[in-house]
Amino acid sequence: MSDDNFLVTVENLQFDYGGKPVLRGINMRIPKGRVVAIMGGSGCGKTTLLRLIGGQLRPTAGSVRVAGEAIDEMRHARLYAFRRRMGMLFQFGALFTDLSVFDNVAFPLREHTDLPEEMIRDLTLMKLQAVGLRGARDLMPNALSGGMARRVALARAMALDPALIMYDEPFTGLDPISLGVIGQLIRRLNDASGATSIMVTHDVQESLQMVDYIYFISEGRVAAEGAPEEVRASADPLVHQFVTAKANGPVPYHFPAPDMAADFLGAAHV
Amino acid sequence: MLRFLGERAVNRVWRLGCASRFFLAVLVKSGAALSRFPLLLREIWFAGVLSLLIILVSGLFVGLVLGLQGYEILQRYGSAQALGTMVALSLLRELGPVVAALLFASRAGSAIAAEIGLMKATEQLKAMDMMAVDPVARVVAPRFWGGVLSMPILAMLFSSMGILGGWLIGVVFLGVDDGAFWSSMQASVDFRYDVWNGVFKSVIFGAAVSLIAVFEGYDSEPTAEGVSRAITRTVVTSALAILVLDFVLTSFMFRGML
Repeated sequence: MSDDNFLVTVENLQFDYGGKPVLRGINMRIPKGRVVAIMGGSGCGKTTLLRLIGGQLRPTAGSVRVAGEAIDEMRHARLYAFRRRMGMLFQFGALFTDLSVFDNVAFPLREHTDLPEEMIRDLTLMKLQAVGLRGARDLMPNALSGGMARRVALARAMALDPALIMYDEPFTGLDPISLGVIGQLIRRLNDASGATSIMVTHDVQESLQMVDYIYFISEGRVAAEGAPEEVRASADPLVHQFVTAKANGPVPYHFPAPDMAADFLGAAHV
Repeated sequence: MLRFLGERAVNRVWRLGCASRFFLAVLVKSGAALSRFPLLLREIWFAGVLSLLIILVSGLFVGLVLGLQGYEILQRYGSAQALGTMVALSLLRELGPVVAALLFASRAGSAIAAEIGLMKATEQLKAMDMMAVDPVARVVAPRFWGGVLSMPILAMLFSSMGILGGWLIGVVFLGVDDGAFWSSMQASVDFRYDVWNGVFKSVIFGAAVSLIAVFEGYDSEPTAEGVSRAITRTVVTSALAILVLDFVLTSFMFRGML
């Protein structure tokens, strides 16, 4: 595939947080029209990676290119122009608590377009219909369940028909039914709109069913990658630990600690 | 010990610098807030109209106390008819702007800091930023200007209620002459020196309180404790800022009269 087929290209991306390296050289290429999952243990820098792709953080070294343009070198106005073509679903939806469901979804349309109010109404209701919540338009966010809030946020992220949609832990804290619904919605909306999706998650089973490609991140690097069937068949110990949800493996169960014998017996003999 | 003090001092100065830069950013990005009237109207409603009750009731009671104390003191010198002057001048020059601003800080300032802090803690500000809508222009600036515009009106209403309270005690209950009360007030209150300086003070206090509130909210740590600390800091810093600024402004404004 030529470079034109990749919407997002990440090259040797490094990021330090407070002097501590979080990402130590990530390389990935996200093809257009696909749903790609980024997986890894909690706190491994997955969300940081998304925020670097969205331009909310600047890399320490390396580059992020979206549609061929370097996000990390953009100035404010250019970045904002670019972000109108990006949608992002935050971990718990991040709906505006002072606006109703309808106004939340209409927000990007009202801020970025001069469309007449009737047209905004129609567009908003179409987006809400796509996530099955047209009837919930007048509710306030605090009246929504976790799964519903996530769906409203999805409708809002899709409001301007973005070319790239990013999902930060879309499955966290959902019951199995809502979780399945969100998974199917992400897949369906991606394919229907011709967008490209990047999903940060640690829900292996759900992801294996719906994504096209998976990157595993460990210790700030891409530890493994592949299509779902390759991942299932993988002999890589890290991937195996993740897929089978084993407590111990390359990702250690114990936080680094002094030797057990010294810790327990040493004190008794002082 | 010395190191600790030094660190704290440097920290304070550094935060002051952050707040100043933030203030500039708010001013630069105020275009949308000032041109989109519905945005501003909503903030004036939240900061101004919802503070009305506490401002009016407090103003009345401050006026009642001034009436009582003033009458008692002026009575000793046999000049109880000067009560109107005393009540009006103390309210218009000092108590109106200062007490109204202190109440405003605890009612509206804390609410603004809490709202912005919670929006930050629940990633709403980040989400807005990702939607290419600048949170400083869309969330912070309207709240700042809403506060700046509400404060002088609230202070004037506070003073008016106070004067009414002083009149109620002095004239209705203690028997000061009605005509003397109002005419002594009219004779000695100067529009530029007294009324206008009071309004000017309250504009400055409004800007200070609103800036502190939006800065603390925007700068808060995105956690529950972070937000609660931001609210506390808003009220404490605002109170200090109001009292210090009042001294500075007073010493400039009324120097010529001493």
